[in-house]
Amino acid sequence: MEILVCVKRVPDTSENEIELNSAGSDVKRDGLVYSINEPDNYAVEEALQIAARSGGKTTVVTVGGDEDEEILRRAMAMGAHQAALIVDEAFGGSDGAGIATILKAFVQKGNYDLILTGVQAEDGGAQVGGMLAALLDYPFASLVNSIEIIDGGKLKISREIEGGHKEISEIDLPCVLSIQTGINEPRYVGMRGIRQVASIPIPTLGASELGLSAGTTGGAAAKVKRMDYFMPPLGKGAEMLQGSREEIIDKLIELLQANGGLR
Amino acid sequence: MTRIFAYITHKGGAADDSAAQLVAAARKIDPTASPTAILTGWGSDLDAACDALRASYREIWKIAHEALAYSSAELVRQALVRVLPPGSILLVPHDHFGIDLSPGLSVKMKAAFVSDVLGIEGVEGACLKLVRQEFGGQVNTHVRCDISCGAVLNIRPGAFKPPESVPVGGLVVDKSSEAGALTARRRYLETVVAEAGDVDISKEPVLVSIGRGIQEKENVALAQELAEAMGAAVCCSRPVVDAKWMERPRQVGTSGRTVKPKVYLACGISGAFQHLAGIRGSPFLVAINKNPKAPIFQVADVGIVADLLEFLPQLTNKIHEMQCASGKKSA
Repeated sequence: MEILVCVKRVPDTSENEIELNSAGSDVKRDGLVYSINEPDNYAVEEALQIAARSGGKTTVVTVGGDEDEEILRRAMAMGAHQAALIVDEAFGGSDGAGIATILKAFVQKGNYDLILTGVQAEDGGAQVGGMLAALLDYPFASLVNSIEIIDGGKLKISREIEGGHKEISEIDLPCVLSIQTGINEPRYVGMRGIRQVASIPIPTLGASELGLSAGTTGGAAAKVKRMDYFMPPLGKGAEMLQGSREEIIDKLIELLQANGGLR
Repeated sequence: MTRIFAYITHKGGAADDSAAQLVAAARKIDPTASPTAILTGWGSDLDAACDALRASYREIWKIAHEALAYSSAELVRQALVRVLPPGSILLVPHDHFGIDLSPGLSVKMKAAFVSDVLGIEGVEGACLKLVRQEFGGQVNTHVRCDISCGAVLNIRPGAFKPPESVPVGGLVVDKSSEAGALTARRRYLETVVAEAGDVDISKEPVLVSIGRGIQEKENVALAQELAEAMGAAVCCSRPVVDAKWMERPRQVGTSGRTVKPKVYLACGISGAFQHLAGIRGSPFLVAINKNPKAPIFQVADVGIVADLLEFLPQLTNKIHEMQCASGKKSA
């Protein structure tokens, strides 16, 4: 089975405190720790496991800048067979539909049976996979937390729905699936693994290689534009316990007792 | 003004709570708006849900089709593309169904799509000004969305307060014939109910809940020891389950269990809305987090900035000391 995984490099929110720049036009990006978007990492692992079971190759692709090559390299160290970096100034300011349009052009240059994305990225959009499927006219499923190959032309999948229940369906190939975290245990990649794939060339593609004419992607085509960032309005806020550690613990125990938290 | 529709999810003949919230969201787009409810389904459950909505919607479009008896987004999308007038705005709850349905629907409608909308600040020319969150709720953004070709907006559950309900005596319009033939390339088979687990956290009055801040599987014991001292149960947020440090039945949130304790001690939990949505009944909420800007501090009653790995054992020890002391007294 030929599998494509669409990935994105994002600031790791578990490692970073996100702050705004003084103009409110962006978050402060200097010094942020970037990594592969967490659900995308699960998608790469899932693709590798399916490829190992069914035969076939895994390709990883990202739309971004030169600095995004590191996550492609990392995916190759995990075992992806090939990668592609899509970079073009013309793509700047693309909304979700723009990114999906770019990826569609890339998909049509290959011959993929299965396309995976992470369920959502740092912007919480959860949109590119579903849009890509619609543009390709492929079936789609989101929040996928298990995949089983049932025969050459079909998969049995599970979606995570409310309350931790699972919705089981059968889906025809080719299809697009957005992968939920927890579907597998992504393998560890060490520096040694990354060094081993350091010299493998990763092709770069732009608008002309993808046959995308001006105005079909980028800011001009975007129906949705981010105007600014701002801090969420403060709620009433917690009463922050201050003082020495001992004082804080005494106060907390008092509060827990008063509210029935110690039994 | 563009016609506004609200996609209503329903179960067992009752409309979801989001039905009233979508009316509120529609009025933020246009204060004079009277949105049209649109429902898909089959049989008496669908009819009952449509009937119930007559109290809050002036017009209800019903799409009945045997294939829609189970709401599969792949089929619902086909039906909606055919039934919705071009240029419409469609509001959809941002849940597992909305995530499945809406991005592709917007492409098929050639309309704009905005996900997880939590505020609507009105219309500026051909654009809507919306509020979203990024980076797990750490920052908000204003988003401008061109609605000249219509839009699909996924609305965060709970973000819009339902308006005072004024009975409107709505009209149910049967649009089933416009849906046409529906072909499924994804076929629903069954729903597998989540396993119950050894402890039912939904019934526990005191919960010690751990998040990503617990850092390693070995550290889960620190929370277990504290919970034991407090007479509480341990639960967790999603990343802890994804990392296989705790079992799925212990997870609180939209993709886990809903809990309603008296006291909730959130340890190393950032406070994503998906987690908070699983905590009901306004418990006394204590947050312990090393990041003073963690969103959880906005909703907690009491906050402590501390390193969990130090703080939890100190708290456990102190509780033990007190229990020993009072044990001596009573002896």
